Formats: sequence, C-alpha cells, structure tokens
Amino acid sequence: MRIVVDLNRCQGYAQCVYLAHEVFRLHGQEALTYEPNPDDERRLQVERAAAACPVQAIMIDRVEGADRGATS
Amino acid sequence: MTLRATVEELVREFRANGRIVIVGASLAGLRAAETLRAEGFTGSLTIIGDEPYEPYDRPPLSKQVLKGWVPADHTKLPRMREVDADWRLGVAATGLDRDTKQVRLADGEQVPYDRLLIATGTRARQWPNPSEAALYGVHTIRSRDDAAQLQKALAESPSRVLVIGAGFIGSEVASVCRELDIPVTVVERGSAPLVGALGGVIGEIAAQMQREHGVDLRCGLGVSSLEGDSGGHVRRAHLSDGTTVDADVVVASLGSIRNVEWLEGSGLAAGFWGVGCDAGGRAFDINGVVTDSIYVAGDVARAPHVLYEYQFLAMEHWDNAVLGAEVAAHNMVNLEPNYRPHLLLPGFWSGQFGVNIKSVGVPPFGDEIVFTQGSVEERRFAAAYGHGGRIVAAVTFDHGKWLEYYGKLIEQSGPFPPPPPGWDQPPDMKPVPAEFPDPRVPTAIPDVVLTGHAPSERTAEFRPRRH
Ligand SMILES: Cc1cc2nc3c(=O)[nH]c(=O)nc-3n(C[C@H](O)[C@H](O)[C@H](O)COP(=O)(O)OP(=O)(O)OC[C@H]3O[C@@H](n4cnc5c(N)ncnc54)[C@H](O)[C@@H]3O)c2cc1C
Ligand code: SF4
Repeated sequence: MRIVVDLNRCQGYAQCVYLAHEVFRLHGQEALTYEPNPDDERRLQVERAAAACPVQAIMIDRVEGADRGATS
Repeated sequence: MTLRATVEELVREFRANGRIVIVGASLAGLRAAETLRAEGFTGSLTIIGDEPYEPYDRPPLSKQVLKGWVPADHTKLPRMREVDADWRLGVAATGLDRDTKQVRLADGEQVPYDRLLIATGTRARQWPNPSEAALYGVHTIRSRDDAAQLQKALAESPSRVLVIGAGFIGSEVASVCRELDIPVTVVERGSAPLVGALGGVIGEIAAQMQREHGVDLRCGLGVSSLEGDSGGHVRRAHLSDGTTVDADVVVASLGSIRNVEWLEGSGLAAGFWGVGCDAGGRAFDINGVVTDSIYVAGDVARAPHVLYEYQFLAMEHWDNAVLGAEVAAHNMVNLEPNYRPHLLLPGFWSGQFGVNIKSVGVPPFGDEIVFTQGSVEERRFAAAYGHGGRIVAAVTFDHGKWLEYYGKLIEQSGPFPPPPPGWDQPPDMKPVPAEFPDPRVPTAIPDVVLTGHAPSERTAEFRPRRH
C-alpha cells in the first residue's frame, strides 16, 4: 500500500506512531518519518492511524496499483 | 445560440473529448491528472515523464531512504483516484510547437494537445567540473536512483563524507551521516548552513546544532577541486583556503536547475527561474502576454504572489507542487469567473539532527527577525520575520504546532513584531537584522526565490511604437 503524510500539516502529535509504530516513527521530539509503501498487511493499522490523526495529515491510496501503461 | 451558450458548449465539449498533455510525471503531474478527472474531464490524458518510474515522493529520499530504513523504490505516491491516462514514461519531451500544438518527444513522436501542463520540475546542479563530477563516489540527490546509490555508499561505512553546500538537502545528508556514525565534513560558501533560506541568525543556530552533533562544519569556504585515485575513485577535496579534506564519498548539494531547456524556441517566458505564469497557472509568453492553453505547476513555475508585493515567486516546496497542480488543473477545465488563484502561504519542513524545522511564509522577504517563543538553547523556539512593519514569515524549531498561529497573522498582514500567542515567551524579544545574504551573491541558493524582474534579461521583443 502507499501513503503520504502532509508534513506541513502534521503537528507531531504521534498518535500514528502509537497505532502503527512499524510504519511511523518520530525522529527527535516532533519530526515524523514514515515508510511510504508499507506491507499490505499493515493496511488496517495504517487506516486506524490515519483516522486518529488529529489534523488528517495521512493520505492513503484509494486506487489499487498503477494505471495502464505505468510500470514501476 | 448566444455567444455565451456557444462558449459554454465548447467547454463542455472540451471536458468530454478534449486532449490534455502533462509533461513531467512526478508530484505536480500526478496531482494535476487526478484533479482533472475529479473535475469531470473525460477526454484523453497523456502524461510524459523522462524517468522510467511512476510518480514517487522525493522528500523521503534525503531522510528515511538515506538512513537505510526505507528502500528507494518504496516512495511511490499514493493514488487518490483513477486517472486513466496514457503514460509515456522513460521518454523526454524535447520540444514544444505552439503553432501546431504539439509536444515533441525524444523518440521522434509528436503528441498533439488542446491544453498542456508543464510540470517538469528541477534537477540537481552537478559538480561544475565534469571530469571531477564523473569520479566514482561523487553524488547528487534528486531522483530515487540517486538516493539508492548514495544510500549504498553510506552503508559501506565510508571513512568520511564531504557535503558541499549546506542548504536543506545538504544539511539533511549531514544529519543522516551523523546518525549512521559516519564522519562528515560540510563545506558551505555562505556564512552558515540554511542561510539562504532562513538568514544568518537562524543559520548560526543551525551551525551550532551541526557542530554539537559532530559535523566538521566549514563556512565561508569553497571547494576548489576534487581529486581521485588511479582507479577513478574520489579521495580528496581541495578547499579555497588551501586546506584539504580526505573523503571517499562527496555529495554535491548545490541547489537545483529548472528543467526548461525543452521549451527553447517555444516563445514562452521560460528561463533560469522557471516558467513565468499568472497566479492561475497560465503561462506567459516572452512578451508577458498570458497564453490560453498552456499551464505551469510545481517547482518549475514562477508566479506573482499577492502577499509578497506581487513579486514572482519560485517555490521548490512540496505543498506548492500539490496546490499549484490542483489550481492549474481546475483552471484548465473551467471558465472565467470560475478560475481559482494559487494563493498558497508557502510552507516547508525539514527533519535534521533530531529537530523538526518548519517555516511558513517567505523568510527571505523579511529583513528583521524576532524570537517570539521558547528557548534557542533548548532548540525549541519560534521566530518571526518582518518587513516594513508587518510579519512576512515564521520559522519554528520543534515548535511546529504554533506555525498555524503565525500563518494566520501573515495572511492578514499582521504587525511585526507580532503579538506572541501568550505562552513561553523568551525574555528578550527585540527584533534584529535577519541577515540574509545579498541575493546577487551566488552562494547559498534558497528554495523560495524572490525572482523579481531582471532588466538585463532582454528576452522580450520590443517594437517601436508606430505613430
Ligand atoms: C531530496 C529531496 C528532499 C526534499 N525534501 C523536501 C522537504 O522536506 N519539504 C518540502 O516541502 N519539499 C522537499 N523537496 C522538494 C519537493 O520534492 C519538490 O518540491 C517536488 O518534488 C516538486 O514536484 P514537481 O512535480 O514540481 O517536480 P519534480 O518532482 O522535479 O518532477 C518533475 C518531473 O519531470 C521530469 N522531467 C523533467 N524534464 C522533462 C522532460 N523534458 N520531459 C519529460 N519529463 C521531464 C523529471 O524527471 C521529474 O520526474 C525535496 C526534494 C528533494 C529532491
Ligand atoms: S498523528 Fe498526524 S499529526 Fe500526529 S504525528 Fe501522525 S501524522 Fe503527524
């Protein structure tokens, strides 16, 4: 799965870190880093983290995979 | 049919069956494509990108990717909706013919468009000496391949890394090196790290932070040459003060170059600072006349901003690419008076040495700075930038949640020094000069550029007035 965090919006509240610590980590006091393409089995965890984010900074893909003609 | 009805019918027809081409398949290109579909565009959409990869996110490359936590190919951007596009990846656009409305590709093909979006971004400025730049161990970082190579080099525990240029990316690389316990030397021509983006007062704090973390920081110096061994591997750098640094990995983080070469001869206002456009993303031609069918977004765009005296801003920021793309895409399939302006209050973040550095507004627009909250010693503070008695920007170190407060003040042209939000005020709140380097000195390259106008750039066609 794919995610992106809008780090302008993120305020380092770290709720996502508690809910999915394999995917989200704090670097120091409030700088968030994360795995942008976590394993699919983490989806539920990541969705919970996104829902819990007080500023709704976590965006999760709504479309599976790539489009026609686009390869990775 | 009335004229108005005819125009509306044309727009409907364009939305249903028009042809849109996007050049640049990265953050701005993808977000524009998604917005076009969200706005009901059902015509044909072609996305041209010279990288062989589908759109990926760049900010993680100098952070979690270099550290070795996230693989470089794990930065693919999430898809917010189906874009149903014809993707032409791995092929560059090499020319634009506005008379026939066609984009020329490197493989010789011509792609026709009714409307075009230019989203070709920037590339890393390479080390200027080509034979030295070609030495094994000399890196730049812009693409995921760059990041993968540099990550691999760092994982091999080099004896020392030399970072040339202490802007945001160079400073982030230095931070990762220290986290990996790799000795690192940073050489910066300006007086301090981040000086172009945040000024000398904040730069001095960034310098102390680097030194506290064991970075061998040398400011006010340049690297004159790089020296390789017989195997073509970089080994040593000669600095402008006659000293040398032994290093087996060199990272040139010298700022970026806008990808505008393919627009040469197109008659668009494309140049060193990018492609000029109005606040709705519509490209200007070289005479300053706005075009009807060509739009620009992201790092390559340069547009006037109402909050900054209508100066043209070139912003190499993530949120500028996202919002600029959404605005341009909306305007591509709508009519006046439904155009939207790209009225972004610029924002930026950077994680380095365990500190979250964030800014809002345009710091280099300010000439004074005042610390408004927190403590510099503890590396937790907020500071505001002022110009002409009003607040124009703010920066925070581990104080990110206060930025919104300053952002609101900037939007309202609030006073400088600003009233602090009534919490954790430092004892001394006296404005001091922000110490930005002279913009004409080509040292520290900020990533928000007040491009103003360049009277020496006589690229416009002047015609004598006929009486
Ligand atoms: C290492 C790194 C770290 C960063 N960190 C941050 C950060 O912490 N915060 C922040 O706000 N911003 C950060 N940025 C900036 C952010 O990534 C950019 O603002 C963003 O990528 C801009 O998106 P874009 O789509 O406009 O341009 P780009 O991402 O540059 O994409 C342009 C695309 O067009 C392609 N292209 C160019 N010329 C042609 C051509 N002729 N034909 C076809 N395709 C072409 C390019 O190869 C590229 O794929 C960082 C950037 C880098 C490189
Ligand atoms: S929960 Fe949201 S605001 Fe908090 S750290 Fe995560 S992304 Fe940032």
